[in-house]
Amino acid sequence: MNFFSNKSFIAWYFVLPVVFIHLFVIGIPSILSLALCLTDWSGLGKINYVGFENFIELFDDRYFKKAIFHNILWTIIFLTVPVCIALMCAYLLTGIKRGQMFYRLAFFFPYMLASVINCQIWKYLFHPIHGLGGFFESIGIQALASSPFTTKETSLYAAAFVDGWHFWGFLVVIYLTGMYQVDNHLYEAADIEGATKFQKFRYITLPMIRPIFIFSLMIIIIWSVPVFDYVYILTGGGPAYSSEVVANYLYTHAFVRFNVGYASAVGTLMFVYVIIIVSIFGILRKLGWEI
Amino acid sequence: MIVSNFRTKEAIPNHIILISFSLLAILPILVLFFNSIKPFSEFGLNPLGPPSEIRIQNFPDAWVAGEYSKIFFNSSKLVIGSVILCLAVSLLAGFSLAKLNPKGSSAIAIYLLVGISIPAQLYILPLFLLWKELSLLNTHLGLIIIYSALNAPFATFLIRSYMIRLPDELFDAAKLDGANTFQIFFRIALPLSWPVILTAGLIIGLAVWNEFLFALTFIQDPNFKPMATILFSFQARFENNYALQSAAAIMMVAPVAILFMLFQRRFISGLTSGGLKE
Repeated sequence: MNFFSNKSFIAWYFVLPVVFIHLFVIGIPSILSLALCLTDWSGLGKINYVGFENFIELFDDRYFKKAIFHNILWTIIFLTVPVCIALMCAYLLTGIKRGQMFYRLAFFFPYMLASVINCQIWKYLFHPIHGLGGFFESIGIQALASSPFTTKETSLYAAAFVDGWHFWGFLVVIYLTGMYQVDNHLYEAADIEGATKFQKFRYITLPMIRPIFIFSLMIIIIWSVPVFDYVYILTGGGPAYSSEVVANYLYTHAFVRFNVGYASAVGTLMFVYVIIIVSIFGILRKLGWEI
Repeated sequence: MIVSNFRTKEAIPNHIILISFSLLAILPILVLFFNSIKPFSEFGLNPLGPPSEIRIQNFPDAWVAGEYSKIFFNSSKLVIGSVILCLAVSLLAGFSLAKLNPKGSSAIAIYLLVGISIPAQLYILPLFLLWKELSLLNTHLGLIIIYSALNAPFATFLIRSYMIRLPDELFDAAKLDGANTFQIFFRIALPLSWPVILTAGLIIGLAVWNEFLFALTFIQDPNFKPMATILFSFQARFENNYALQSAAAIMMVAPVAILFMLFQRRFISGLTSGGLKE
């Protein structure tokens, strides 16, 4: 539609507010951060250019490496557990006639809740005396006798569990949307051939929802990078850095120690990583992977 | 619409598995609700079950202890301000990208798409220093601007994908009648777009109501804090008073739950539209 081609600048007036506000809040500070990562600024006083020193220091920083490792673990956990459960539930949902809407609402509702709420719920449930631990004790089972959030071995997994509990319903809805688009004749043909439920899932459903499926994997990888709320609220990265993630590490350096340069270097690495992931998926799509 | 790829008699095991997963999703929230109406003294003996005696008084208690008349006002102000500002800029941009196609509009779309994937941690510290310079720290206006910028790319794409489906003939006819671009926007595009305005407004409002990281960083004065960060400090202040904590949490959940019941389809389609390709 081209009814204003002679005055296309009017079209620009309409776009300017969004561009302006976005540049002001996100664009320009991002560029500043990409520049500040080469300095040793502390937020006050003179800004010294130090080259790549922050990065060299980072790759030597044992807590940063730990945080990166935890983010990788987090990504792997989210790429497997919620994805499998969501695929299964979405597939089972396509097989029932009654109660579809009820299940969808039940699965999706935790995704609507604030991180503080979800954390409070599970902090209580995992409380050794008041929550499930107390309940198990009252029926004579020794389980959850100490909070998984304050135990070194489990703190990261416990935080990931709460985040995953909140997130998986979102995946169910996405997969369900894809599964509704699958042509019913394919299933009928498979029924005639005598295919099992699992075979139908493996050879019809999964290939047919592949674009949505691959896309969901990409957003999980990207969203696993800035994970902050659940770790900060539930464990604060502890005990003894056992659940430290990159975003929380950056937050400590930025707002507790005011290492502007160092924190910007961490932020820059996060950004570069996300851009690489997005580019890989973009290139794969260009190569005709149909994703 | 509903595809049934199993025979009906096979549906029973499906229901069993699905019910157990819905219980996993809903029971924890139910426990929170039970706790919010449970007398404090009952927690020791009955940590998970429904209360034997309902104590509504928990809510006024939490309301007073947390100064919630102030906090509710703070959160509502942030939600309403952000929804209005974000919708205003996104509607203009969405309309332009859908119907006016300015030269270089694909560059803007790409910029906004990159903007969505930038992790907040990259820019939060320079933004904090900038906000300090501009005296926007500890102000609701400062946070409203941030929330509008954060949600604008999503809202713009949502609105664009809706407006692009409005019939071109309407716009051409108005153009022939001598309407200018602003008149076309206000008299034709806006009235026809109320469904997407409602959806986008609900999603932006929900995001602002629930937001934690920016609220934590940019508002440190307890008088200006919204619900999310107040609830967080509440958990520390009344560490073992679960009755009070749960009542405070339910007060934050209640508006979300009510709106979700009323607008479930809009929430679900709006929130998942970012995860689905057009």
